[in-house]
Amino acid sequence: MALLEVKNINVYYGKIHALKDLSLNVDKGEIVTLIGANGAGKSTTLKTLSGILKPRSGSVQLEGDELTRYPAHQIVTRGMIHVPEGRRIFGRLTVQENLEMGAFTVKNEQLNRTNLTKVFDIFPRLKERRKQLGGTLSGGEQQMLAMGRAMMSNPKVLFLDEPSMGLAPVLVDSIFENVRQMHASGMTILLVEQNARIALQVASRGYVLQTGSIALADTAANLQTNEMVRKVYMGEA
Amino acid sequence: MEQIRAIWRYGIKVGIIGGIVLILTALIGMIEVFTQRQIIADVVSMGHALYLAAGLFICYLAAERTTPAKPLWIISNSMFAGLTTAFFLVLLIILGRHVNLRLMFINASDLLLNNLLTFGVQGNDGLRLLLIAGMGVGLFTGLFYLLPKFLRTVILWSLAGSAFAGVLQELIRPILANNFPDVISEWLLTSDGLTLKGALSIFIFIALIVISWSIKGGGIRQGWQGLPKKQQSTWRTIGTIILLAVILIAPWRLGLFMSEVMTIVGLYVLLGLGLNIVVGYAGLLDLGYVAFFAIGAYVTALITSPEIMNLNWSFWSAIPFAIFFGILAGVLLGVPVLKMRGDYLAIATMGFGEIIRLLVLSDALRPFLGGSQGIGQIAKPQVLGFVFKGPQEIYYLIVAGCMLVIFVSWRLKDSRIGRAWKAMREDEDVAQAMGINLVSNKLLAFGTGAGFAALSGVIFGSKIGSIYPHSFNIMVSINIVCLIIFGGIGSIPGVIVGAAALIGLPELLREFAEYRFLVYGIALVVMMLIRPEGLWPEEAHKRELHEDKTNEATG
Ligand SMILES: Nc1ncnc2c1ncn2[C@@H]1O[C@H](COP(=O)(O)OP(=O)(O)O)[C@@H](O)[C@H]1O
Ligand SMILES: [Mg+2]
Repeated sequence: MALLEVKNINVYYGKIHALKDLSLNVDKGEIVTLIGANGAGKSTTLKTLSGILKPRSGSVQLEGDELTRYPAHQIVTRGMIHVPEGRRIFGRLTVQENLEMGAFTVKNEQLNRTNLTKVFDIFPRLKERRKQLGGTLSGGEQQMLAMGRAMMSNPKVLFLDEPSMGLAPVLVDSIFENVRQMHASGMTILLVEQNARIALQVASRGYVLQTGSIALADTAANLQTNEMVRKVYMGEA
Repeated sequence: MEQIRAIWRYGIKVGIIGGIVLILTALIGMIEVFTQRQIIADVVSMGHALYLAAGLFICYLAAERTTPAKPLWIISNSMFAGLTTAFFLVLLIILGRHVNLRLMFINASDLLLNNLLTFGVQGNDGLRLLLIAGMGVGLFTGLFYLLPKFLRTVILWSLAGSAFAGVLQELIRPILANNFPDVISEWLLTSDGLTLKGALSIFIFIALIVISWSIKGGGIRQGWQGLPKKQQSTWRTIGTIILLAVILIAPWRLGLFMSEVMTIVGLYVLLGLGLNIVVGYAGLLDLGYVAFFAIGAYVTALITSPEIMNLNWSFWSAIPFAIFFGILAGVLLGVPVLKMRGDYLAIATMGFGEIIRLLVLSDALRPFLGGSQGIGQIAKPQVLGFVFKGPQEIYYLIVAGCMLVIFVSWRLKDSRIGRAWKAMREDEDVAQAMGINLVSNKLLAFGTGAGFAALSGVIFGSKIGSIYPHSFNIMVSINIVCLIIFGGIGSIPGVIVGAAALIGLPELLREFAEYRFLVYGIALVVMMLIRPEGLWPEEAHKRELHEDKTNEATG
């Protein structure tokens, strides 16, 4: 059985049917990507999985535990963490304090220390800037901080919402290098991206989301060569 | 020529603003009211000091912004600012001769226009004197600005110190009378303001302190940092013990009036610390905070007074009930506003505060809550026959309450709950995404704050003996929010300093009473401009507001 299993969820914003019978699964140790155009419902999917939105029907199970019945904050305790779109770091707290906030649900100090070392190994820049205020970091550094903060919650699955958004191409590459390193350190990641090209390079499998429902599901390699994907999401003629 | 005009333009511009501000200050009657208090007996009144200080400030602004910063330009710019300001006042006086300004400005008295504004000289001589004085102030300020920074600091501190001593004579008088030989008191004070020699001695005394501190201060600080940790902590303990001793004997050394002022400040410290948890720690702007204060006071009244329920229980038994109902109300208010943020929250809570006030005022509930008559004969606290009746005794109760609340606030701040609040304050959504339970933590903040307010309500009710609905109007909430901002949001010492400055000072200066909110407004605006983090800020906040400067410096 998959680590995370999402079955036929339906999510509405009032009358707008934002997610239609969406199903997906993520196995332990994978990077799975969910690609889709602007407005397809990618962020809505992550918000539903992390409990901020409640589906009208369908199930979200982590290791067989039904999560839709828990409020958002308890879902973190159960092992799913969400790095929201647009980073959303605590601008008036230092880098260190941001990371500590990430570990809010982890009461084991030993574990916190190991996680902090892991974060600083992957993001040495954060270690240098430990005492700096989050708000004064550059865009790329803020993205690093948001990812590092999520790692501090010691999650079983980590959701990344468009880490490439608003970053210069060079920085995008380095952020995705970090995603790879996070994966190598044992993280399971569900990656949401508009930038299909780079997302499919780091992921092992992918789903294509079109107006709220899954249009395609395949291995990353197959999706990379899929004609529709190349045309619509990689902008090739 | 072009360039010269450009230089003076700024001085004139500042002068125009200054002139308008001074005219307004005069027309609302502030100067006249303040002239009734002498700072230096028969030499300078507070009104004139305010008047001159404003002039100095205006000229200083002009001097500071002068480009190119050459001495001659600075002085002339500053003089232009002074002259322009004086010119506006002259216009006001001339206008006052031909038009009856009192039709619109009740305070535009003949005394103000033809005597006070012109330093007691009447007629056209007065106008001439005013213009000369304007230039004189400008010249003085320009020269002052050109002094080396060190001298400026010394003069500024000494001037401010003497002015403060004059303004706070009510505070100084009992301290001197109760603790020092009469000679000192006679040297410094008359029955009305400082003596001239007294003011001079204070000026010199402060100058000496500032000078010696700037010579020795660095050394002392280094010496302190050089001390081993253990010695530092012993010294700190000794300092704390001395501070405690001073706090404990204060009411008997300062007399009745000062004790009364201190109890009022203390009550606001209690209230401020409670609201500080809600606004400062959790970032929830609650403008209906007075409601919990009222609940604490009314519960105490109902339980201890013979008037309505005729229970006649003791003061002490009222405390747990009052706090319980306070917390309950805090949580009940919290539930409907859980999803509200910022301004919506402020308005909703403000409504709640008014509802409580209207309930206790209502005629329908008069048999249960006393209506506009209020409730009297509230019990005084007693311990083994000792009754806390006057301000000097109640003071101890308030100090005990403050210590308890300071301790709780301090422990909460670095606790898990404190961290959750901090995250919520910064960004609710992300806090939730970090696994923080918004519902329980918000209710905890509302409940804790309300509990503290209820505790202050208990003490307040018992202190004044009878309570009326009008004691619990929205201005109380606003005062508390102001003092928190003024002292530094989220900072415990900030609340104490803020309460002393915004509640204590106006109590000492009854002349301010009428202009209290004007002064608050000005104080807050000035504060936001020159020290936005508050008088004694919390570390994190200070860092944030000054990060730009440090970044520029390092990067
Ligand atoms: N809070 C909201 N209220 C109403 N509609 C929303 C809301 N958030 C998103 N939507 C709509 O839901 C759809 C999916 O949005 P979203 O999940 O943000 O897309 P994506 O992240 O793929 O760009 C869009 O049509 C968007 O307009
Ligand atoms: Mg999105």
